[in-house]
Amino acid sequence: MLYNEPSPLETRVLSFRFGLPNSATLDTYLATRGYEAFRKAAGMKPEEIIEQVKISNLRGRGGAGFPTGMKWSFVPRTSPKPKYIVVNADESEPGTCKDRVLMENDPHQLIEGCLIAGLAVDAHAGYIYIRGEYRYLIEVMDKAIAEAYEKGWLGKNIQGTGFDFDLYTHSGAGAYECGEESALLESLEGKRGIPRIRPPFPAVVGAFQCPTVLNNVETYCAVPAILRDGGAAFAALGVPKAGGTKMTCLTGHVNKPGVYELRLGFPVKQMIEEVGGGIRQGRKLKAFIPGGSSCPVLTAKEVEGATMDYDSMAQRKSMLGSGGVIIMDEETCMVKAALRIMRFYAHESCGWCIPCREGTTWLRKILTRFHAGGGTRSDIDLIGDLSRNMLGRTFCPLGDAAAMPTLSIVEKFRGEFEDHLNGKPCPFERAGEMVTA
Amino acid sequence: MPDLVKLTIDGKAVQAAPGTLVIDAAKMAGIEIPAFCYYEGLTLQAACRMCLVEVEKMPKMMTACTLPVAEGMVVRTETPQVAQARKYTLEFLLTNHPLDCPVCDKGGECELQDMVFRYGAGESRYTEEKVHTPEKQFSPVVFFDAPRCILCFRCVRICNEGMGVGALGVIYRGVLSEIAPNHGDHLECDECGACIDICPVGALTSGIYRYQTRPWEMQHVGAICTHCGDGCKTTLGVRNNRIIRGNNRDHSGINGEFLCIKGRYAFDFYDHPERLQAPLVRKNGKLEEVSWSEALDTVANRFNQIRADGGTFGVIGSNHTTNEENFYLRKFAREVLATPHIDHHRTGDVTALVDALSGKTGRMATVADLYNRKAVLVLGADLAREHPLLSFQIRANYRHHQAHVYAVTPGPVREDKYAVASVRVASGGYFAALEDLRARLKAEPELVIVFDDSFKGPDVHRLVEFGESLGIPVRYICLVDYSNSRGALDMGLVPGEGGMRLDEMLAADLSALWVVGANPFKGTPGVPGSVARKARFLVVQDLFLTETAEQADVVLPAASAYEKSGTVTNTTGEVQRLKRAINTMGAKPDLEIMGFIARQMGAAGALGPWVPETVFAEIRRTVHGYDIPLPEIDTGGAAPTTPVNGRVTEAGGPRPDLIRSDHNGLFASGTLGRYSKVLNSVLEGRLDR
Repeated sequence: MLYNEPSPLETRVLSFRFGLPNSATLDTYLATRGYEAFRKAAGMKPEEIIEQVKISNLRGRGGAGFPTGMKWSFVPRTSPKPKYIVVNADESEPGTCKDRVLMENDPHQLIEGCLIAGLAVDAHAGYIYIRGEYRYLIEVMDKAIAEAYEKGWLGKNIQGTGFDFDLYTHSGAGAYECGEESALLESLEGKRGIPRIRPPFPAVVGAFQCPTVLNNVETYCAVPAILRDGGAAFAALGVPKAGGTKMTCLTGHVNKPGVYELRLGFPVKQMIEEVGGGIRQGRKLKAFIPGGSSCPVLTAKEVEGATMDYDSMAQRKSMLGSGGVIIMDEETCMVKAALRIMRFYAHESCGWCIPCREGTTWLRKILTRFHAGGGTRSDIDLIGDLSRNMLGRTFCPLGDAAAMPTLSIVEKFRGEFEDHLNGKPCPFERAGEMVTA
Repeated sequence: MPDLVKLTIDGKAVQAAPGTLVIDAAKMAGIEIPAFCYYEGLTLQAACRMCLVEVEKMPKMMTACTLPVAEGMVVRTETPQVAQARKYTLEFLLTNHPLDCPVCDKGGECELQDMVFRYGAGESRYTEEKVHTPEKQFSPVVFFDAPRCILCFRCVRICNEGMGVGALGVIYRGVLSEIAPNHGDHLECDECGACIDICPVGALTSGIYRYQTRPWEMQHVGAICTHCGDGCKTTLGVRNNRIIRGNNRDHSGINGEFLCIKGRYAFDFYDHPERLQAPLVRKNGKLEEVSWSEALDTVANRFNQIRADGGTFGVIGSNHTTNEENFYLRKFAREVLATPHIDHHRTGDVTALVDALSGKTGRMATVADLYNRKAVLVLGADLAREHPLLSFQIRANYRHHQAHVYAVTPGPVREDKYAVASVRVASGGYFAALEDLRARLKAEPELVIVFDDSFKGPDVHRLVEFGESLGIPVRYICLVDYSNSRGALDMGLVPGEGGMRLDEMLAADLSALWVVGANPFKGTPGVPGSVARKARFLVVQDLFLTETAEQADVVLPAASAYEKSGTVTNTTGEVQRLKRAINTMGAKPDLEIMGFIARQMGAAGALGPWVPETVFAEIRRTVHGYDIPLPEIDTGGAAPTTPVNGRVTEAGGPRPDLIRSDHNGLFASGTLGRYSKVLNSVLEGRLDR
């Protein structure tokens, strides 16, 4: 199902089947150019497939934005070990809800993306690691996979091409950390979800110690379009160095929240005003998070003239991330926002390394106390200081993810922290709404 | 030797082999990079972040424990940024650490204390509530105090990788992460306590040692574990003439960091309430406590009487007593008592192995060989239960060098997990199994063959023939049971020409039978059931009133291995020094007892001083292969002996039926095991019997 009305400003490349009757079925898929890209890819050399992905300027849609074609080219195709395709469907970044609609409305597009990746790196098995909370999506994917097996789009000698490919779903158990690729692989192997030391990277030593292509759902979903219409056409949709569209999750204080497929480089102002229908009750924008709660928060002033792409956000010292946009209006308490974010990361820290494990909980405790009116002036500096000293020192990016938004909030909204001092209750909080972490 | 990589650490030019980690390269150059989770020999963790260093051309600080050296690399370990990172990491660590140092067992030898002292901030800015969870008991010997834990995962790794057990894991996540047994609420493992020794803080503590003392109040004495033949060094913590703990935290000795439950805890038999503390003499059919002088006079007078009457003496020696004691006993028997009837319980056919290797040199493997050689063949024994150090060495060899391990055993063994071939054999099926493996063994560059008492007499010769026919360098280990089984044999506690064997002595009508540190009446190969005493006069030297001592005329309370000095020879023929840790009132070292008997008999002059060092000097002069370099053993090391290179015959011909291992598992140790509270307290010990 769809959760929001589509916007006329969308460029629907990955989502063009959304809203079609029975869009998740193989019949609908085949009737709308489905598996055309796979047939084309089956007639190409692996290097040619990878070349098209490189030309498309497709960058990883999970958040890091690493060029996908380059990632695929790192896989040692000639290795005697089996290679694996792994789909990161552990979508857990707060503010992000795009993989869910992609799988729910067009599961075969993901399957086709996996098949093409399999052709490109000589892999014959794939795993879709789906976050535990998306249990109903496992049923959707399993149904689509069963249908694909039944009609010969998975299994042995797919459609007479001589290519064998098996695809499995695997349920996560409810850990944000397992969205980190190496922790995901540990979890997939049945172990505790903790990140691995890298290098070696998954492309060389991944699932079951074998070369592995590991990408986000949206990344794989973009692949059929790239092969179908050519990498150049996909690249042309975006900006230089980043091709195609981005499934953008507009969340927070907008009138029309939802998942919209927008060209990379789409203006932020237009996105909020026209796609999202403006901020609720005509209020003003206070803070903007471009791609999930782990990105540094931008002020209304900072997003002036910004566009939704990697470079524009990097210039503003934030990140495009996963496309989970969070809009906060002028009524938002930024201390509470920082607390809410830190509660999440303290809860999700896997416990592996010291700065993240201890730092997130310490910050959560300070922010809880601070927001409840028990803060001191030195706490404000301490929050910033601790965040700065977690940054870049943790084992995996979770520590950075917790530190970056906190640091940006305390630096950019220091005044609001000062407003909380002297034992006064939160100025934004209405009576009876005070939360504690 | 591959070309060395050149790099710079703190301005110092350093060379290291390719693949060396920066943390190790720095250590070799005398530069300390602090770390909690890094532990040599275990898998890398990079979890504690203490070893972050600056590396030129790298955007972020790098963990020195995961970074291999590279040509031209420039590392800085003492910059303000590095110092700040360490300070913050320690501050983070201390947020939930209870700071109960004044009552913590680890206080004084705690790595966290040391680190905070050197790298930490003077005070904490943490004012929130700490996470607290109650202390847990994992087993009688392992306690866990979660708040003290810094989650370095060393315990999890040593248990899984080092011991091959995997009894510990982690539950929950984030700040609530907690080390926990993998079997519900308790440990099911070897109870070796390696997790406790490896713990950098006081999170895992020993059920025996906890709250007993502070580390600096103890003297630390290097002793050799008396329980099995592996010869592990155990450092005994002694306070007020009591042994408080055993461990090997300094990694000295042939066992490095390894100790099993016996080495770490089972010294406790020494103060068992049933320990003999006064000599006993049978009066009117009952054993009564007497003074030492009375007891020694009784023995000396009777011995002299028998000598004068031309009576027959039988002497049975021990697998536990020192080389010096065994040497002195043999000399006493042969020269003073003038008897060829001397023997001891043999637990492996070393004689046959030495004989079979006649004409060859350097064929006896050492403990270190099990770690260094490319392939190991284990025959018969369940090493993890019976020879845990050897099993540990083989496991480490597999982990670090991917050694090929072959296990040919009657039942499943721990080596199966990583062996290239595991074969189950019924007795008598060994040679067929070996023939099946011949082609694979031939393809190995070298091999160590470890065998137990499944191979005796002609079978040992056949095994050596098989080994020699492989055409590769082969070394051998003949497994024997106790701390000085090899020494008993080497010192000649075997019958002379026309001498009676163990079983014959028990059945014979001897004028006197003198048993030093053995319990032959409990069970002797070839003698079913318990034995009724036949000898007319029975003298027993032992720690406890054993089945044999109960029937004695005179019982002389002997000192344990931890109460005397001397040397012992382990199953691989390596000699180590034993240092006296404590004195137990009433008991005397066997050497001293024998010396006093000789003196009372007026025969001491023939035997020389009963001082361990003097006797050892004589051993070095007169016993083949024992002319070992003294500095080696005096500095706490082990020196291998070389066996006789030539045919070795046994007076009266071989008697393989008398050779029998007790196959003591991890939780048993012959007579001594019965008196160890620890061995009897652990669940596994009860299950294992």
